[in-house]
Amino acid sequence: MDYFLQNFPQQLVNGLELGSLYALIALGYTLIYGILEMLNFAHGDVYMVGAFLAAGVAGLLVHNEVAVVPAGLAVALMMLVAVGGAGLLGVGIERIAYRPLRNANRLAPLITAIGVSLFLESAVQVWVSPAPVLVPSNALVPQTVLHVASVVTPLTGLALFVAAVALMVALDAFVFRTRFGSAMRATAQDREAATFMGIDVDRVILVTFFVASALAGMGGVLFGLRYASVDFFMGYLLGIKAFTAAVIGGIGNIRGAMVGGLLLGVLESLVGGFISSQFQDTFVFLALITVLLIRPQGLFGQPLTDRA
Amino acid sequence: MESVSGPKSVLEIRGLTRRFGGLTAVDRFDVDVNEGEIVSLVGPNGAGKTTVFNLISGVLRPTAGSVRLLGRELVGLPAHRITHQGVARTFQNIRVFPQLTVRENILLGTHHWTRSGMLGSVTFWPSTLRAERAAQAEVHTAIDLFRERLEARLDDPAFSLSYANRRRTEMARALAARPKLLLLDEPAAGMNPYERIEVAGLIRSMRDRGLTIFLIEHHMPLVMEISDRVVVMDHGVKIAEGLPKEVHSNPRVVEAYLGRRAASA
Repeated sequence: MDYFLQNFPQQLVNGLELGSLYALIALGYTLIYGILEMLNFAHGDVYMVGAFLAAGVAGLLVHNEVAVVPAGLAVALMMLVAVGGAGLLGVGIERIAYRPLRNANRLAPLITAIGVSLFLESAVQVWVSPAPVLVPSNALVPQTVLHVASVVTPLTGLALFVAAVALMVALDAFVFRTRFGSAMRATAQDREAATFMGIDVDRVILVTFFVASALAGMGGVLFGLRYASVDFFMGYLLGIKAFTAAVIGGIGNIRGAMVGGLLLGVLESLVGGFISSQFQDTFVFLALITVLLIRPQGLFGQPLTDRA
Repeated sequence: MESVSGPKSVLEIRGLTRRFGGLTAVDRFDVDVNEGEIVSLVGPNGAGKTTVFNLISGVLRPTAGSVRLLGRELVGLPAHRITHQGVARTFQNIRVFPQLTVRENILLGTHHWTRSGMLGSVTFWPSTLRAERAAQAEVHTAIDLFRERLEARLDDPAFSLSYANRRRTEMARALAARPKLLLLDEPAAGMNPYERIEVAGLIRSMRDRGLTIFLIEHHMPLVMEISDRVVVMDHGVKIAEGLPKEVHSNPRVVEAYLGRRAASA
């Protein structure tokens, strides 16, 4: 019991950090599901490509462990390229792979998404690097470690958490408080009626893909800066876990995705810390199955179109 | 063709045809709706009335023919562009956005004329704020027509409304679009006699606000009461057109209705 009490705060903080990453990716899953009722299984790989873009920019700007431009500028450029690049990749995927299937059987876009996922993984593996690529994060961000009582966390971990929460709040405001957001919600509820409001539904869907994918790109940058290494397979399991988080929170619901992500991260961390790290994934997917059996609509149980 | 001094034509449909496989749902249909007029489109079920509306509003592409709004061709434009040209419509089976509030629904009606774009919507430029104020003001102008019926419900989600209030919301939303042509698809469907009287009054006050209205309606007394002209369709073809009382006594019209009724009895 003493062991538990001593270690619980640390595991909780570790879990929130991991969960922030799940949440960032889950937001994109939920946003796209909310508008198209489609599971974009390539989403985790968009995150991976974002991470590689950031790593690429970092590689260009850092020589021998020293940034050739001010570190802040280098990080800003990494974000710009990764966020913009991932956003455009999402838009391209929608335009090329999903839009032609928009009125097809629901299984068709799902299988296509899995295909896009495999394509992106293989493309990066073959054309970029089959081995992990290092991100010189120690030259870019302060490697400060924060100590609060017995809890220890790197500054980058805290940044990940703050960024995820801030982006969730911004996204929520964008969807619920702006004119474009109401066009998105209208499109989600009745695509045809939305066109009669003068809404260009194709454009709304493209913007949704851009925003969702840009968030994934941001996740990729933050991951690279925190863990200093990226690889072509990093989006696979993370994508599935983010999907799990979105389902736990109630897929289609923005706040649900955030809460689901954090809960899942904490669960995984607690299992790793107190049971066995070998069982982490078992518990994650056990949580998914439990939610699906007991509350299939998820904790928040309402679509994107509802206020949580 | 109208003479130069004649009434201004808002909607001008010529030779409108739509085939679905071997079935001709709408066959060389012509109609004119002039500025400030209320024109009703009537006919038995399956006559092709809603298909005509779908062709005007861009849900369907015609096989042949033309649809002009104030002289501009609409055929070939995507539905959302047709809204921008000035066509608004309501639906037989009500298409309000159930999870949005009444206010948000009506604001969407203003969407096409207050567009501030993607960037505009996330900034606080004066033009964005001005557009937002104009849109909010339009909500109140639109619900004014319904007196207090929608006022108290403005911030309730549309799914929580009564059937009649959902219809009112849909109409208010169409009004907020400031359309040049308003298409009403069975505005009195499912309404009780009192509500029908209210609908008749509403449609007249919309016209008095300067709107041009083309409507589909099954309830004959309502049609007779409010229409300036009536167009009758059967099997995709226009079989009669004229003043309400002329059409009412037209033998072809009587036959179209009674024949259909006898067959289904």
